[in-house]
Amino acid sequence: MSMGNILEVKNLHVSFKSYAGTVKAVRGVDFVLGPQQTLAMVGESGCGKTVTAKSILRLFGRTSGEISKDSSILFHDEELLNLNKRKLSEIRGGKISMIFQDSMTSLNPTMRVGKQIAECIRLHNKISREEAMKKACDLLRLVEIPNPEERLKNFPHQMSGGMRQRVMIAMALSCNPEVLIADEPTTALDVTIQAQLIDLLRSLRERMGMSVILVTHDLGVVADFADYIQVMYAGQIVERGTKEEIFKDPKHPYTWALLDSIPNRSQPRKSRLYSLKGTPPNLLLPIEGCPFAARCRYCMPVCKKQAPTETSFSDSHRVNCWLNHPMAPKDVRKGGGAQ
Amino acid sequence: MARFIIKRVFYMILVLWIVTTITFFLVHSIPGDPVSAMVQDLPEETRELYLEQYGFDQPKIVQYIRFMKQLLQGDLGSSLRYPGRKVAEIASSFAPVSAQIGGIALAIGFTVGTILGIIAALNRNRFSDRVIMILALLGTTIPTFVTASLLQYVFTVVCPIFPTTGWGGAEHMVLPVACMCVGPLATYARYMRSSVLDTTSQDYVLTAEAKGARTPRIVMFHIFRNSFLPCLTVLCTSVASIFSGSFIVEKIFAIPGLGTYFISAINDRDYSMILGLNIIFTGIYILSVLVTDILLGVLDPRIRLAEKN
Amino acid sequence: MENTKSYVPCQEDFVIIGCDDAATEQMPPVSLTYWQHSFRRFKSNKVALVSAVVLLLIVVMTIVGPLMSPYDMEVVDLSQRNLWPSATYWFGTDQLGRDLFSRVWEGGRVSIIIGLLGSLIVALVGCIYGGVSAYFGGRVDNLMMRVVEILSSVPHLLVVIMMSIVLDSSSVGTLLFAMCITGWCPVARLVRSQMLQISRSEYVMAAKVMGVKPLTSIMTHFIPNTLSIIIVNITFRIPGFIFGEAFLSYVGLGVQPPATSWGALCSAASLNFLFYPYQLIIPAGLIALTMLCFTLIGDGLRDALDPKLRR
Repeated sequence: MSMGNILEVKNLHVSFKSYAGTVKAVRGVDFVLGPQQTLAMVGESGCGKTVTAKSILRLFGRTSGEISKDSSILFHDEELLNLNKRKLSEIRGGKISMIFQDSMTSLNPTMRVGKQIAECIRLHNKISREEAMKKACDLLRLVEIPNPEERLKNFPHQMSGGMRQRVMIAMALSCNPEVLIADEPTTALDVTIQAQLIDLLRSLRERMGMSVILVTHDLGVVADFADYIQVMYAGQIVERGTKEEIFKDPKHPYTWALLDSIPNRSQPRKSRLYSLKGTPPNLLLPIEGCPFAARCRYCMPVCKKQAPTETSFSDSHRVNCWLNHPMAPKDVRKGGGAQ
Repeated sequence: MARFIIKRVFYMILVLWIVTTITFFLVHSIPGDPVSAMVQDLPEETRELYLEQYGFDQPKIVQYIRFMKQLLQGDLGSSLRYPGRKVAEIASSFAPVSAQIGGIALAIGFTVGTILGIIAALNRNRFSDRVIMILALLGTTIPTFVTASLLQYVFTVVCPIFPTTGWGGAEHMVLPVACMCVGPLATYARYMRSSVLDTTSQDYVLTAEAKGARTPRIVMFHIFRNSFLPCLTVLCTSVASIFSGSFIVEKIFAIPGLGTYFISAINDRDYSMILGLNIIFTGIYILSVLVTDILLGVLDPRIRLAEKN
Repeated sequence: MENTKSYVPCQEDFVIIGCDDAATEQMPPVSLTYWQHSFRRFKSNKVALVSAVVLLLIVVMTIVGPLMSPYDMEVVDLSQRNLWPSATYWFGTDQLGRDLFSRVWEGGRVSIIIGLLGSLIVALVGCIYGGVSAYFGGRVDNLMMRVVEILSSVPHLLVVIMMSIVLDSSSVGTLLFAMCITGWCPVARLVRSQMLQISRSEYVMAAKVMGVKPLTSIMTHFIPNTLSIIIVNITFRIPGFIFGEAFLSYVGLGVQPPATSWGALCSAASLNFLFYPYQLIIPAGLIALTMLCFTLIGDGLRDALDPKLRR
């Protein structure tokens, strides 16, 4: 991989303790993030994408999330997992910041939004309250909120969902972070607002020159926004590549399934939209073989016996699937989106 | 805000009037007349004299109108048992004593209770949490009169540092206050713990963490206020429990407060005294509910806004 | 990779077999109903289980306890006054020489009956009132809730005291009546708000849209979803009634002799507590233990019945 990566995640394992046992939510994830790149993590709910994103800042709240000892997350070659609480809090919100899915519950209901933004600024910069407020006002203007001076004094419940998410973005950008982690930033919003927010995020990314990790299950958003895509399934990355590689030449049956379930105008009118059957494997249990085997249309005996290894197609495009083994049948994909 | 307060005050007066009326007719519906209920073997003539003097021979409605007229002038009637003793006078001279003990006990219970609750919640399932919660559980399950008797026993027999009865200096207050703050303290500790645990699992706490705020700051600015508000609503109910606590505690420690008078009025079946004190207690209770309401309105922006619209 | 077994795949392994549709729709092996789940969770809570056992013991003792002692609770024996607990008098005797062992359990019977019956009555009245209020809604609801509001603006204890004075008979029935007369208000509020919340929820809307009859909806949605909350509420209310009775007896408004209760026993014992502390400690300890058990069982039930509240 090229030098000068901002973020390098190696062999990340995350588990949660529950009454039923230990849930292994992330099972060995590796990836790198270069400067000014946008990396999208996609996959259905419960595939470990949000947990991976939250592990970077070790944000598990009150849940029992635990990162295994041999995992490594390097930020400018500095191990984030070894940082003490003080150092970590300097990174959080300063160098790496995060926006969450639900803007209604992610803002403190009893604190004015201006103060919430100013709090973030003052946590990382030694400036006066007034200056911080002025900067918060500039940030609200930056995220295109009309009447920023008035809006500073609002409480979260006085704003609309899109507006609140803009406040979240303003807060996340307040200290010029190098990496912005956006965890399903548009999922809770309606479609027109989604598009506006994605436009805003894109222009801000360009203007501030930051890298973005986008967690989403919406491939439409990804197509608009991402440089690199990694598809996750059952806590593992099953396929990764540039946007073009994933959309034009996907290699993993799960990626095919994801792409086929997007409505497409070129499809025959009366054909049914494809939907992937079944549910992801139970993460409480160890997984034998390929985790996707049980739901895979192209499952082979080997898939149930042993986990596939990674096959590279280019520097960026790598796939974990037995179909790419020399002995496997070629060009098995029926119909659908490769054209 | 002003409109909200005025509305609440009017409502409070209405409720107080309804309660007074109901109480009045309840007391006056007691079978037999109040005088013979109080003293059984009174000569017939003396009894009638009494009845006339207090106006008990008149129709109920006349008595009621007279009572309400007096009430509007701040006169709550006078004791049957000790003629000449005005209820209002007794109340104004002994209420401060009760208020002092009750107020201090509530203040200590509330502050210490909430702090312990926060500590317990932040150390969930650790040793300190377990200890605090077990103590709080015991605090809510041991009746006040048991605590009072135990304290009296300890400080009379084992180590007589504080006086165990009577009323005077600050040293007389220690034991009754200690006794009375146990209940609220335990209740608040339990309540605050669950409220804080509720808040800690909210997303905005995670946001604060993602901003780079550290634990003390998150607790102070994000958790405390949001978990304190629901606790405040319980405050008014504990004002009521301060009364019930004070009845017994005042009696056991022989403190000349309203509670002692109330209990002796009950034992004497001194109806006018019971009626008067009842109105006073209810008034204080409703007032405290009103104050909590206003306080909540000031502190919680969501309520403030709902009222405005 | 996780799987490090040294397995060398051969050509036969690379034939597409596709997926088995039935296998993909795997259901969890055992499917338990809500109540079975709750019962399991409750059973796994040791503290609550121990409390339940202790409580059961206390209840059994209040039934068989008086029979175990050779002395009748009402027999006065002035030659045996204020005796400390011994082999003959297991809990000692009181100032009139009555056997405390049988008195304590007889008294416990009254206290526990008041606790159980009181909270049941309150729950029943509260459910009906709250349910009716929520069902009719609009003006009826508004009026009914105003009544509740006014009734609950008087401190509960004052109402109880007033009612006991007015009724002036101090039997268990009147005591219960006095304690229940406004005691149902909080339950009514709870039930009403719960009902409203359920009727606004999407699954009830969905049921309505699908043409489910109101009665079926009430049986399958409203009652199960309210019942758990009410059960927990009843458990938490029982200590309040036992406490209330103890308070009234202590003030002199509770059960009158020859009947007795834990509160009345405490009240009688507190006069010469300094000399005969056992007379107070035994009934007071039992009150505290019973309340503790009910509170812990309540905690356990809350956790078991409402997994969302689990912590």
